[in-house]
Amino acid sequence: MITPELRHLAPRYDVVISGGGPAGMAAAIGAREHGAEKILMIDREREAGGILWQCIHHGFGLHHFGEELTGPEYAQRYLQQVLADDIDVLTDTYVYDISPDRQLKLMSGSHGIRTIEAGAVVLAMGARERTRGAIRIPGERPSGVLTAGLAQKFVNMMGVLPGRRVVILGSGDIGLIMARRLTLEGVEVLGVHEIMPHANGLNRNIVQCLHDFDIPLTLSSTIVDIRGRERVTGVTVAPVDEHLRPDLSRARDIDCDTVLLSIGLIPENELSRRIDLRLDPVTSGPVVNSTMETSANGVFACGNVVHVHDLVDFVSQEALLAGRSAGDYVTGHRPPADNIRLVPGDNVAYCVPHTLSTDREHVVYMRVRKPMEKCTIRFGDVLSSKVKYVFPAEMVNITVKPKFLENFHDDTLRVDVVQR
Amino acid sequence: MSADNITHYLCIGCPLGCRLEVEDNGAGDVVEVRGWGCKTGKAYGRQEHTDPRRVVATSVRIRGGRWARVPVKTSGAVPKALVCEVARAVRGVEVEAPIAIGTVVLANVLDTGVDIVTTRDMERA
Ligand code: SF4
Repeated sequence: MITPELRHLAPRYDVVISGGGPAGMAAAIGAREHGAEKILMIDREREAGGILWQCIHHGFGLHHFGEELTGPEYAQRYLQQVLADDIDVLTDTYVYDISPDRQLKLMSGSHGIRTIEAGAVVLAMGARERTRGAIRIPGERPSGVLTAGLAQKFVNMMGVLPGRRVVILGSGDIGLIMARRLTLEGVEVLGVHEIMPHANGLNRNIVQCLHDFDIPLTLSSTIVDIRGRERVTGVTVAPVDEHLRPDLSRARDIDCDTVLLSIGLIPENELSRRIDLRLDPVTSGPVVNSTMETSANGVFACGNVVHVHDLVDFVSQEALLAGRSAGDYVTGHRPPADNIRLVPGDNVAYCVPHTLSTDREHVVYMRVRKPMEKCTIRFGDVLSSKVKYVFPAEMVNITVKPKFLENFHDDTLRVDVVQR
Repeated sequence: MSADNITHYLCIGCPLGCRLEVEDNGAGDVVEVRGWGCKTGKAYGRQEHTDPRRVVATSVRIRGGRWARVPVKTSGAVPKALVCEVARAVRGVEVEAPIAIGTVVLANVLDTGVDIVTTRDMERA
């Protein structure tokens, strides 16, 4: 995919999108659909497309395109649409500051330091991986300890193997995918250790990335020591009790030269903090209304910056809405303000968006706190929907039609997931 | 019914992850699939027992490209038993930039009738 070099950077755009991954691309397309004229999408990498380029495995796009694509295929389809829509794409560029009146400061490989103005902004910076520091693994500080996503970039794009004998901590999908990927490259993957009593990744990945290659998954187990002066020479693993405390009397040593961490993602909200956006302490992302607008006027957000998704298809769906709303904002077609606040109740960790209006159909995304089978999702007493199961690792999405809200006159609506 | 004729599978159809039990008549024919929670699992157990297949995705060397590797995949699913061999066969492939998405870089890999194709465009650096 050719990302053309942007020769002329205008001082003002209708819509500026910070981040050119799946969220940014769908937002750009949405802004174009809803009438924004000058649109700029900015990405810090050499090419737009985001993390999808390195996710070379297949399984993307089933909801959105109705077929299973690899990450690069998904990225390329979107990027082609973005370019066909005549959206300015500026790569190799950081947005390092933003003001409440939507002035953005950029640091660009090709354009230097610049300030541009935006009629509306869409925040689509995504998330980054948690690192060793986030969970404070004791031990030495040798090289050879890296996040699974970084190893993925090394292997799939740069053609470098991270090591020869690998232990993976965390059973998130990226870690499982890398267990298979490294095995296919001839690297020895000694095992995956998961501190929780259940695996975090999809069953599909447990089967096709671990079982297929006889890679052991040890639950309720964690790394309690990393050894090595220059390079990792080994780790110590130990089982944990129900309070996740390691039992050192049953610890054992494993010789390895590499540790991969697949221990979760954190939304990248440095820019959101520059303008003091209201953040949701549960998602660590901005609070958004039903148009994906944040607490700052004309500043929208979507994708992993708002809440960590498990499927890119839903990122695209949510981001399309954010982009359309940004288009509406700059063309003066804003829908009526929201009048209902969603309150997470029993077994609901959070809901996005945080508010709804009674005049339109909405898709509400939410995550539960604990698994439940044969349950009902209840929005106050206006809507109830039976589902076969809910799992914390799988985002739930539910469509709320205006007819449900017609006769609802309160200003808060409690959302519960309850056993039938 | 002897235990030798029973194989266990984890259904990948949904997060419930039903533990499937497939009973075989010893000649590779499925007698019964048990343990499923829905039809998807029943069909999956049968397929996985008689003819498990996988799409293989990997990457190959590219000369003169923006990145050192270009991603590829099998154009269709290959028998599970061949996954590692397919990956090994692909490791020797090297291509030249620019290259377009869908380009065949290795035809009919291991006589499976399946091609190895690129999954993105890559321009010259
Ligand atoms: S059998 Fe049905 S319910 Fe059980 S895991 Fe498979 S798809 Fe889910």
